[in-house]
Amino acid sequence: MMTPETALLVGILAPLVVAVLTPFLAVRNLWRDAAGPLGGVVTFVAALHVALAVRAGETPRLFVAQIADGLAIEFAVTPLGAIFGLVASGLWILAALYSVGYMRGNHEKHQTRFAAFYAVAVHAAMAIAWSGNLLVLFVFYEILTFSTYPLVTHKESQAARDAGRLYMSILVGTSIVLLLPAVVWVWMATGDLAFRSGGILAGAIDPQMVPFLLALFAFGVGKAALMPMHRWLPAAMVAPTPVSALLHAVAVVKAGVFTILTVVVYVFGLDFLTGTGASSWLVWLASFTILASSFVAITKDDIKARLAYSTISQLSYIVLGAAIATSIAAQGAALHIVMHAAGKITLFFCAGAIYVQTHLTKISELDGQGRDMPWVFAAFFIGALSIIGIPPAGGSWSKFMLMVGAVDAELYIVLAVLGLSSLLNIYYLLEPLSRGFFRPKVKMVVVESHPLVVIPPVVTALLSLFLFFYVDLFADLAAMMVTP
Amino acid sequence: MAAIIMSNLPALVVVVPLLLAPIAAVTAAPRFAWMIALVGVASAFVAALLLQSLTTTMGRISYHLGNWEPPWGIEFVVDSATSLTLVVMSGLAFLATLYARGSLAAEINHKDLGKCYAAWLLACGGLFGLVTTGDAFNLFVFLEISALSSVILISMGAGTDRRALTAGFNYLIIGAVGATFYVIGVGFIYALTGTLNIADLAVRLGEIGGGAALYTGFGFMIAGILVKAAVFPVHVWLPAAYGYAPSAVSSLLAAIATKAALYILARLLFTLFAGVPAITDLALTYVIVPLSIAGIFGGTLMAIYEKDIKLLLAHSSVAQIGYIALGFGLASKASVAASFIHIGNHALIKGGLFMAVGGFVAALGRRATLNSITGIGRRMPITASAFFLCGLSLAGLPLTAGFVSKLYLVRAILSQDAYVIAALVLVSSALSIVYLWKIVEVMWMQPAPANAPHLDENPAIYAPLWIVGIANIWFGVDAGWLVAAARAAAAAVMGGGL
Repeated sequence: MMTPETALLVGILAPLVVAVLTPFLAVRNLWRDAAGPLGGVVTFVAALHVALAVRAGETPRLFVAQIADGLAIEFAVTPLGAIFGLVASGLWILAALYSVGYMRGNHEKHQTRFAAFYAVAVHAAMAIAWSGNLLVLFVFYEILTFSTYPLVTHKESQAARDAGRLYMSILVGTSIVLLLPAVVWVWMATGDLAFRSGGILAGAIDPQMVPFLLALFAFGVGKAALMPMHRWLPAAMVAPTPVSALLHAVAVVKAGVFTILTVVVYVFGLDFLTGTGASSWLVWLASFTILASSFVAITKDDIKARLAYSTISQLSYIVLGAAIATSIAAQGAALHIVMHAAGKITLFFCAGAIYVQTHLTKISELDGQGRDMPWVFAAFFIGALSIIGIPPAGGSWSKFMLMVGAVDAELYIVLAVLGLSSLLNIYYLLEPLSRGFFRPKVKMVVVESHPLVVIPPVVTALLSLFLFFYVDLFADLAAMMVTP
Repeated sequence: MAAIIMSNLPALVVVVPLLLAPIAAVTAAPRFAWMIALVGVASAFVAALLLQSLTTTMGRISYHLGNWEPPWGIEFVVDSATSLTLVVMSGLAFLATLYARGSLAAEINHKDLGKCYAAWLLACGGLFGLVTTGDAFNLFVFLEISALSSVILISMGAGTDRRALTAGFNYLIIGAVGATFYVIGVGFIYALTGTLNIADLAVRLGEIGGGAALYTGFGFMIAGILVKAAVFPVHVWLPAAYGYAPSAVSSLLAAIATKAALYILARLLFTLFAGVPAITDLALTYVIVPLSIAGIFGGTLMAIYEKDIKLLLAHSSVAQIGYIALGFGLASKASVAASFIHIGNHALIKGGLFMAVGGFVAALGRRATLNSITGIGRRMPITASAFFLCGLSLAGLPLTAGFVSKLYLVRAILSQDAYVIAALVLVSSALSIVYLWKIVEVMWMQPAPANAPHLDENPAIYAPLWIVGIANIWFGVDAGWLVAAARAAAAAVMGGGL
């Protein structure tokens, strides 16, 4: 039987092994394409093992190297990290299967390079999830940015390169100009960067400076796509859909909000943050982002662009939970990482499935197409329900907890924001469905059947339903996150 | 024998390369000349390592040349700062010499190689002497030895690009102006104190405490050294000199030449003139810090708009020199330690980058520009990957040596509450990714032109290139030794007294 420490090592290394082996397995397309899903299964089993150990009260640790005093490369799994590890690895299995179907169905070039960097990105996400201190988190945050660059620019067209530049300049620029000094600041104040429940900053920093430090984190983590640092996300939609699905709906953006939530819970500490009131401005900025990006989403006709703005909006739910910083709001934020991941990956899978099978990319072209692609549209429906937060889909739990958290903190306007946002979600996420089923066809297209792009969204849609009924593991971990 | 060597280490570091130079010059076979150069530099490296371990246990070592007691005789002084700088310089010189064998022969005339290695040894010996000597006038002598031999080395680039001649000439003139300024300054303080021994000078200048002659001498000396260190805006000799010199020479000089001058700058500011804070504080706050920041931005912006890769790297050197000078300018133990960390790391970074570009130039048969290296990542993967590693380190990305430098520099700046400077440093550091990424994009993200010829990599440069490349990662993951040594160096420099 694996010890949790071994499982930790396996979970971090398995994606890296896949990445390194991919070029060598490329002699046979089947071998190369099997490596991703197999690696996903191994990683997920390891992540499950680690998560169960964490739930049992352990903290799996792995020490790698000491860079200098106070700077260590060390992994140590927090309950929140266990949640994110499960999400990233579990969804990688399906995304890997899906990307095989997508890349083959579209006859994309450079499939080997794509598969290799895809696995590197998952490796970075796992390392972020299980990082034991702020330095390791920062290091793999940067690696994640750089490993996704070849994926964003995969098409090697001028548009792809331009998008890649915007992607890099925002993500790398914010991380170096804002996030790095925040990390150094914490290092200076505490002499230590390790995550501890209850936080490490209380008493180590002048309370008046806390809002500024929090701002450095909130804006420095560009991956969380808090406005006005959100522009990279729609730009990154130029990437092939499997990238948008796993990375820009799950791994990369979740790494962003995970970072913010981790910093709030394990570096600042919820009590310290509520005590100083340092995060109240962030509540309003997150609320603004939620609403503003929902309104932008309504105006987008391109499916992926609309989903991108919906993602920006949903990410700010998590930032909002972190900013409210009550116990229940933070739990809601942690759960929303899971629920939104399952829901949004479903929607992206569907968008890609529609594209591979019919080459349609616009919502206005979907009129009447529903009956030809019943499975895809059904999956889209469930995914949308989860994002909106309607039972019986998993998203209803996290949204419910965020609302309770807002009431707890007596932020009634936030409650109204969440309600309004749900209404907007209903409008812009269900529109493709109503067009697909209740309008006459405007475009005649032949639906080529590609099962490998249809099965994954159906599975993730079922997962969204499953998460409504069996949320225990995640709920337990989220509760452990806020109990010191 | 061992005892004799150990007790004469400070002299051996300097004397062995200098003495081997004439032998290399009269050696007919280039191969033997190279081996002599390698032996000279390697023995200096070994001596530097021994000195480093000696200084960590014994502290300051004073060596009296010819047994003449200071302040009458010339004194060589090695403390933690000296030995760290020597280890960095001789280590990189050793790797550059390894590299020279596979690179220099392709770029310069066969029959000049022997003399070239002689100049190489003179330059190394001169630069090591610069760091080691404890005598202000002897320092000037080493300044001239290293400058004149560097001019020869730079001009050797004329075999492939005639612009190397004007670059060398510029360096000769501007370098001579710098050295002359320095020696004029020495004249002033010699007139004041009647001594040239740096430790002695520090005491006596402290007793004098001020006055027009002292300030004038100070101004001349600092200005002269700023020219040598290529601090903005007196850096104008540097881009062309590094850009048109033979690649091995660029690698050597970029790694060690300005480092020696920066070391002298720190010594002047914190040791020689330690007793007159009235003038040093003024210079630090109103000259060194603003000029460093201007250099950081000037160099970075020039690099962003430069298309020729070697010139681009040279402009980036101006910016990196700015970071090091900035650490000195902020004048805290932490910031000076950060500068010493970056002296080591930047030597690794630039040394490696110039080696890799030399590989490109040799394979292409023409200058490496953003156009000519299109798609080279797939055509010369081994050289290009090493370039990439060192480039990541240059941009200060995590897990590289450059990142460690940046962490400690930013920490030192923040601990002085100098938020504006911190912001400027971080913005410039983000900008440095722009020019790195421009290169990476053309190397890997663009296909080579259809009619591009096949390029052969040069296996002779793999060893030094990859040693440097891996060192850039190694010192990013295990920086404990360097950080400790740099702290000791800062303590030695700031502690007062050479």
